[in-house]
Amino acid sequence: MTSTSVEALASGPLFGLPLPELWFVLVFGLLGTFLFLDGFDFGAGAIFATLTDDDAREAVLSAIGPFWDGNEVWLVVFGGALFAAFPAVYAGLFSRHYLLMFGILGALILRGLAPEMYEQRHDERWQRWWGRSFVAGSILAPFLLGAFAGNWLVGTSRSFTVVGVVVGITVTALTVVSGAAFLRLKTQDALPKTVMWIGLGAIGAYLLGVIVTLGVLAVQLPAGVDAVLSAPVLALVAASVALGVGYGVALRLGSNMVALVAAAGLTYGLIAVVAVLMYPSIDPAAGLTIRGAIVSMLPLNLMSIGAALLLPLIATYFAVLYSAFSGPVTAGEAY
Amino acid sequence: MIDPVLASRFQFALTTIVHIIFPVMSMGLAPFLIYFTWKDIRGGDPVYEQLRRFWTKIFAVSFVVGTVTGIVLEFEFGTNFAAFSTTAGELFGGPLAIEGMMAFMLEATFLGIFVFGRERVSDRLYMISSLAVGVGTWLSAVWILIANSWMQMPRGYELVTEDGQQVVHLVDPVAAYLNPRFGYMYVHMQNAAVESVALFMAGVAAYYIYRHHVWGNKTKNIVFWHKTLKIALVALLITAPLQVLQGDLYARHVYETQPQKFAAMEAVWNTESYVPEYIFAIPTDLSQLTNPRAKELFGVGIPGGASWLASGGDATAEIRGLNTFDTEAPPVAIVFWSFRAMVGMGFWFILLAFWGGYRWYTGELFEDGLLHKALMTSSLLGFVAVELGWVVTEVGRQPWVIQGILKTSEGVSPGLTGSEALITLVGFVGVYTAILALYSYVVIRIIRGGPPDMDTLESAGDHDAPPAGVPGDD
Ligand code: HDD
Ligand code: HEM
Ligand code: HEM
Repeated sequence: MTSTSVEALASGPLFGLPLPELWFVLVFGLLGTFLFLDGFDFGAGAIFATLTDDDAREAVLSAIGPFWDGNEVWLVVFGGALFAAFPAVYAGLFSRHYLLMFGILGALILRGLAPEMYEQRHDERWQRWWGRSFVAGSILAPFLLGAFAGNWLVGTSRSFTVVGVVVGITVTALTVVSGAAFLRLKTQDALPKTVMWIGLGAIGAYLLGVIVTLGVLAVQLPAGVDAVLSAPVLALVAASVALGVGYGVALRLGSNMVALVAAAGLTYGLIAVVAVLMYPSIDPAAGLTIRGAIVSMLPLNLMSIGAALLLPLIATYFAVLYSAFSGPVTAGEAY
Repeated sequence: MIDPVLASRFQFALTTIVHIIFPVMSMGLAPFLIYFTWKDIRGGDPVYEQLRRFWTKIFAVSFVVGTVTGIVLEFEFGTNFAAFSTTAGELFGGPLAIEGMMAFMLEATFLGIFVFGRERVSDRLYMISSLAVGVGTWLSAVWILIANSWMQMPRGYELVTEDGQQVVHLVDPVAAYLNPRFGYMYVHMQNAAVESVALFMAGVAAYYIYRHHVWGNKTKNIVFWHKTLKIALVALLITAPLQVLQGDLYARHVYETQPQKFAAMEAVWNTESYVPEYIFAIPTDLSQLTNPRAKELFGVGIPGGASWLASGGDATAEIRGLNTFDTEAPPVAIVFWSFRAMVGMGFWFILLAFWGGYRWYTGELFEDGLLHKALMTSSLLGFVAVELGWVVTEVGRQPWVIQGILKTSEGVSPGLTGSEALITLVGFVGVYTAILALYSYVVIRIIRGGPPDMDTLESAGDHDAPPAGVPGDD
């Protein structure tokens, strides 16, 4: 790179784009993608808890086997992007919610080890314990992640709060919504039917959770009722209700792909509500705004080039992976 | 209550020391797996399918544990080293984000196909997947080592004070990221990974071969272990000499860029010339045994050895002593001994490689029981050398977290309390002990189980079409 091109990159944003705002959108978009994709796996974990039949349990694990690791990387990329674009927010937020962060990591350890370990031995006791580890991790991780997002939004530095608990439950329900749609596509025999009923229950719980969350936020946010009743938020909530109904209908009719798309819409919708309520701040607890916390122009431009080149490639990898394993996965497929 | 700085340092040390085991395993296995996959797909000797399937099992477990322990590290910069992250974020966050997007995404997605997809995808896509996983693991090391080499040798930045805090601004990305340190580090690290895995493979194979040939306890699939040992020996013959030769250049580079660390590696307190390279040394005064500042060493040394290492061949060269630096010295004893142990093992591995190579040449590779025992006891030493090398690198950099810019004590999260840090430290000691025990248990089980039997292998040939009964797309 010549020094003139470095100077050009340091002097202004690429193509005059509003890069700080774009990175704000990207960071939340990455969080949403993680929540949606790993939602398959978390939801599968919660659904796993309701199954007693060995074959059904194996089928659930086989369904997520090839995918969960790739899905989880979105969380790593979310952390990396936050660090790269808003280092002070990454540092402040993660250290403020110290124990909560380690709770999330602990849950991810339980969840991450379980599918691999479960298959290592076939005796009952071993599988019972790894099954528990899988369920506990899959429920705790989205719950704590939701709590983290709730606390982030209202700008508290405490780890365990009412908003946190409410958002946590809502997010957990949402992962079951995604997980159910995913398992409908990936399993056979009697399982899809059981999963449908769980999905219908979850969507009800989720919509209820959204309403309660907004109620709590109306009390807790400084801008209160006005913020919650603003046009973009109301539009997003209306869209969520419509998507939720659509999801339920699609699930009943067996249009599982439609249900999955609806679950994606719901997930990005929820993340959008958080982002809209936070904007233009990005770390309310520290009083940091997007423009105040963004890194300087040169690294920002470099990162933007990197992301613009890499994200389409990543989309291709996921397309290859998901199409290689399209359709129901048969138990015990490996190596 | 424990000091949060101390607790954070212990915790970071523990979590990285555990993490690095699994990347070394997967980075080291990657080239072998690519080779096995290639040979398997080309057809011919079915032992390559056994090799691929057996070592992929170990790869898959290592990868999963590497993932769960790696995510912890990525978050720890924010949770425990918030001040460091704020100060260095502009330079340091970028490589981490790119690592995630460029490397982890590639390996994690194609791993799904590589581990679960043999029956589902074409030979071509399967081969591509093995390459993608391998390239992905090696790319992870690129970006994380770019970040680390910048901490060892910061360049291309400008220090600015913002809101009373020192912040690093990136001014020259080429200087910062194409750091000369990175080249040394990357070659040394990746070669170490392959060498460590070669030793591991050789040790495991030697166990079965010893039982079969020397003990006479017949083992199924002995041909598989013969092949494993030979392949591992070839890799060892290449990597072991390279590691020592390149390590020598690396040491010189460290002397030039981090003289304080080099002085600690050699325990040189006062600036001297014609400094010996101690192979063994004890403090002359017993009260100084636990004191890392022990100044007087009694030991066996190669005259002028350290000077020779620092200068690239001049045994009379002067080495700057620790007493001449303004900052306190790093814990000399740890750095000194870790360096020695790593170097000693480096030479031992060369000896092993030549010993094995010679026995192969004379046709006695499977009969030399002593060689088998040496390989068995050395099977994990590569990993030990890697840990010690990292201890030299990271402890030797103390008291700095970013050489010359930020002290470790100033990098810790300001709001972190001693009790919070203690809770997680204790938690990690427990959880990571359990993870290590579990990993060892599973790997030993896989090794005990041995390779898949020949008769259970897929009939060689056509994998292009999914087998009947697997429903297509919907
Ligand atoms: C199989 C493992 C292994 C072996 C046999 C060796 N090394 Fe090594 N060494 C490593 C594995 C390693 C490592 C763990 O991979 C390190 C840590 C950081 C790095 O880049 O490589 C390292 C670091 C490291 C450093 C510290 C660099 C720094 O502070 O940044 C030096 C000077 C050397 N090595 C030199 C040597 C020499 C002279 C050796 C033999 C004569 C040698 N190493 C054998
Ligand atoms: C995986 C191999 C690694 C090992 C085994 C390792 C080991 C260690 C150890 C033992 C310490 C404690 C030093 C002390 O406090 O006395 C440490 C500190 C640290 N290392 Fe590493 N390290 C590794 C890689 C890295 C990399 C790749 C980075 C950066 C990208 C890094 C960044 C740090 C930081 C920020 C600290 C904390 C501050 C400090 O104590 O200096 N380490 N590491
Ligand atoms: C101390 C700084 C480090 C951090 C923050 C870190 C971060 C991570 C993260 C987040 C993952 C999980 C990725 C996934 O989800 O797939 C991971 C895995 C991995 N890391 Fe590290 N890592 C560090 C040190 C290292 C070093 C020094 C190396 C090698 C030179 C390395 C090589 C790898 C590899 C190859 C993987 C893939 C998983 C595996 O193969 O076990 N890491 N790391």
